[in-house]
Amino acid sequence: MISKKKFIFISFIIFTLSSISNSHSIEPDVFVQSTVNRASKVLSDNLTKDQKIEELKSIAEETVDIDGIGMYTLGAYRKTLNDDQKREYKILFNQYFLKTFSSRLAEYSNPEIQVNSKEKLNKNYTMVSSVLIATEQRPEININWRIYTKNPDDPKIRDLVIEGLSLARTQKEEFSSIIQSNDENIDALFDNLKKFIK
Amino acid sequence: MNKTLLISLLVLLLTFSANAGTDGENNLSKNKPTQIKDCFEGLNRSTFALNQGLDKVILKPVAKAYRTLPSPVRTGTSNVLVNLSSLITIPNNILQGQLITAGVNTGRFIINTTVGILGIFDVAEKIGFSEYEKEDYGQTLAVWGVGPGCYIVLPVLGPSTIRDTAGSFINVMGGDPYYNVSAHGNNQYLDRSDYMLTKTITAIDFRSKTIDSFDNLEKNSLDFYASVKSLYLQDRQRKIANTKKNATIEILYEGEWEEIETQ
Repeated sequence: MISKKKFIFISFIIFTLSSISNSHSIEPDVFVQSTVNRASKVLSDNLTKDQKIEELKSIAEETVDIDGIGMYTLGAYRKTLNDDQKREYKILFNQYFLKTFSSRLAEYSNPEIQVNSKEKLNKNYTMVSSVLIATEQRPEININWRIYTKNPDDPKIRDLVIEGLSLARTQKEEFSSIIQSNDENIDALFDNLKKFIK
Repeated sequence: MNKTLLISLLVLLLTFSANAGTDGENNLSKNKPTQIKDCFEGLNRSTFALNQGLDKVILKPVAKAYRTLPSPVRTGTSNVLVNLSSLITIPNNILQGQLITAGVNTGRFIINTTVGILGIFDVAEKIGFSEYEKEDYGQTLAVWGVGPGCYIVLPVLGPSTIRDTAGSFINVMGGDPYYNVSAHGNNQYLDRSDYMLTKTITAIDFRSKTIDSFDNLEKNSLDFYASVKSLYLQDRQRKIANTKKNATIEILYEGEWEEIETQ
C-alpha cells in the first residue's frame, strides 16, 4: 500500500509534468498577434521588396498550414487524385501559395492589426477576430483568422476571412471553376498553377 | 407603360427565384455561394470581359483621379452617399422586422441630414450610434425566403443574382424615396439627372476604395471571373445574414474543413 507521503509526492510529480507539457500550448489569439507583429516588422523594416518577400515567405512556411489549405481548396476533387498527383499538387500549391501570399502582403507598408477576441468553433478550430486599423486610403477592415488547433503547441493559420469573405473558399471556387471549364480535367489546374509559378 | 413592363419583369424574375424559396431550407445555407448556379456562364463571362474593358477605360481612371482629392472631401462625399442610402435601408429594416434598427437608422438620418449638413459629417457616429449596415430589397427578399436564382453579370452594373436584380428594380418602382423625389417629385431642386449623378458618384467612390484590392486580386488570380463571383456571393450571404464581424457563417463550413482531416 502506498503511503500518504509517497502518494502526495507522486501526485506532485504528475501535476508538475502535466504543467510542463501544457506550458508550450499557445493561445490562438497570442499566436495571431505574434505572427502579425513579425510580419509588420518585416514590412516596416528598411528592406528591398525582394528581401521582404523572402522574409514573409519564411514566416508563412512556419505559421500557415499550406498543405491543409491546398487539400481544402481541391474540394471534392481531392478524392480523385492518385498518390503521384497528390505529391505533385502539394509541391505546386506550396509554390503558388507562397508567391501569391507574399506578393499580396508586400504591397502594404506598415499594416497595424489589433487582435480583439477569439471564439472556439470546436476542438480543431478557433476563430480569432482582429481589425486592420484604418489609414487615409482605406477604412478599418475586419479580419478573422481560422486557426487550426489540433496540436495546441503548434497552431497554424488555415484561412483569413476579410470582412466576411474567406480567402480559402474563394480559392476553392476558383480552382473548381478551372477544373469544371476543362471537362473535369485536373491536369488543367496543374497547368494553370505551373504557368502562374513561372 | 414603363411601369407595367417593370412589374412584369419583376414578377418574371421572382418566379425564376421562387423555386428555392419554398423548400424551407435555412436561409444561410440557401445563400451559400456553391449552391448558386451559374446558369448563363458563357454570357456572363462575355459581359464580365465587357465590364472589365469599361472599367479599364472609364471607371478606374476616374476613380484614380477621385482618389487624388483631399481626404476630407472624399470622406464627406462618401458620408453623403451613405446617408442617402438610409432611405432604402430604413424601409428594408421595417420589412425585415428590424424595428429597433429602423428607429436607430431614422434617428441617424435625421441627425446627419440636419446637424451633419446633408450628411457630410457623420455626427451620429460621433455621439455613439451603433455601426450602420446597409440593407436593400434583394436582402429583404432573401430574408422572406426567396432563393437567389442564378448568378448573373449585368452590363455596367456587374455581378448580381436574379433575386438581387429584381430587388434593384424595386428601387425604381417606388422603393427608393430619393428616386421618387428626384424623378417624380415635380420640384425645382432635384431631377432624374441628379439621381443618375448620385449613382455614378457612388460607383466611383466604391471603385476608388477597391483599386488596390482588385488589382491585387486580378494579379494573383488564376480565374479572375471565378474569384469575383465567389467574393460577390460570399458578400451577399454575409449581408443577408447580417454577420459582419462574428463567425456565424463559418460554422456552415465546418464539415468541409473537417473532411480534410480524414484524407
